Amino acid sequence: MDITGSLSVIGFGLAAIGGGIGVGLIFAAYMQAVSRQPETQRIIQPMLFMGFAVVEALAILGFVLALIF
Amino acid sequence: MHLPPFFEIGSFEFGKHTVLILLSVALIAGFFLWAIRKQALVPSKGQYLGEIGYGFVRNSLGRDIIGEKEFRPWIPLLFTFFFFILVNNLFGSIPVLQLPTFSHPGSAYVLAGVAYVAWVFIGIKRHGFAHFMGKMTMPPDVPKVLYVFLIPIEFISNLIIRPVTHALRVFATMFAGHMAIMVAAGLLGYLVSEVGGLGILGGAGALFLGIFIFFLEILIQVLQAYIFTLLFAVYVDGALQEGH
Repeated sequence: MDITGSLSVIGFGLAAIGGGIGVGLIFAAYMQAVSRQPETQRIIQPMLFMGFAVVEALAILGFVLALIF
Repeated sequence: MHLPPFFEIGSFEFGKHTVLILLSVALIAGFFLWAIRKQALVPSKGQYLGEIGYGFVRNSLGRDIIGEKEFRPWIPLLFTFFFFILVNNLFGSIPVLQLPTFSHPGSAYVLAGVAYVAWVFIGIKRHGFAHFMGKMTMPPDVPKVLYVFLIPIEFISNLIIRPVTHALRVFATMFAGHMAIMVAAGLLGYLVSEVGGLGILGGAGALFLGIFIFFLEILIQVLQAYIFTLLFAVYVDGALQEGH
């Protein structure tokens, strides 16, 4: 059976593992922090999304490279 | 895979994306003008819906992130971003239209470009160019030696990668979701028409997969509109804040 296609898509799949683990860790830490100290939610939330954006950037770059090559 | 453009003026192609953007503007403006046509103290259903939408953006995106003091001038931009992206994304799940506008990267780049110019401009206006650049590239409380590495890294990450990923996040999810539905539909067609027999049973599985992805896609469309606006609010907040 012939399988054709681009290997870069597999590369993107591998790249997404890192981003997935990172985003998971960030949200886990956020939930833990908020459940321990609910009043800090307002302070932590912008940082949460800042960190989430930075981590997810890697997965997005992987997606773009999978499209380009 | 693209629908050919309807007509061209010079190098400007007037295609389905353009029609959808114009349609979304008409829909949003029409709905909210209709919702506030008579501002009653006891709101009608339409006015109530409009007020909920406005209040959501104003309170959970503006006030909570940018802060009580500064958020007022940003409400129009946040509101426009949220509903523009929301309606354009939901076009992906409406039969016949069936195309999220941001599945084309160009429209996403323009949107993130507007956001980028807005927050960089307000940061420079508030702090001055040198101080703003320092704020963006030099995190405080770091040993001085590390700045040799940190300044280039922070510059690339904050001022170059940030707007690009801001645009590509909404593009990538819309494009991928659009493709996922197409793959599920293609799988269904292949299993039923080419394989036959037991394949028809698998076709039922593919059908459920497609329906599942369709609803997942609606969730993602709403979530991406929220995240885009939220990240914009976070960036504005970061540009406005004193300190680092």
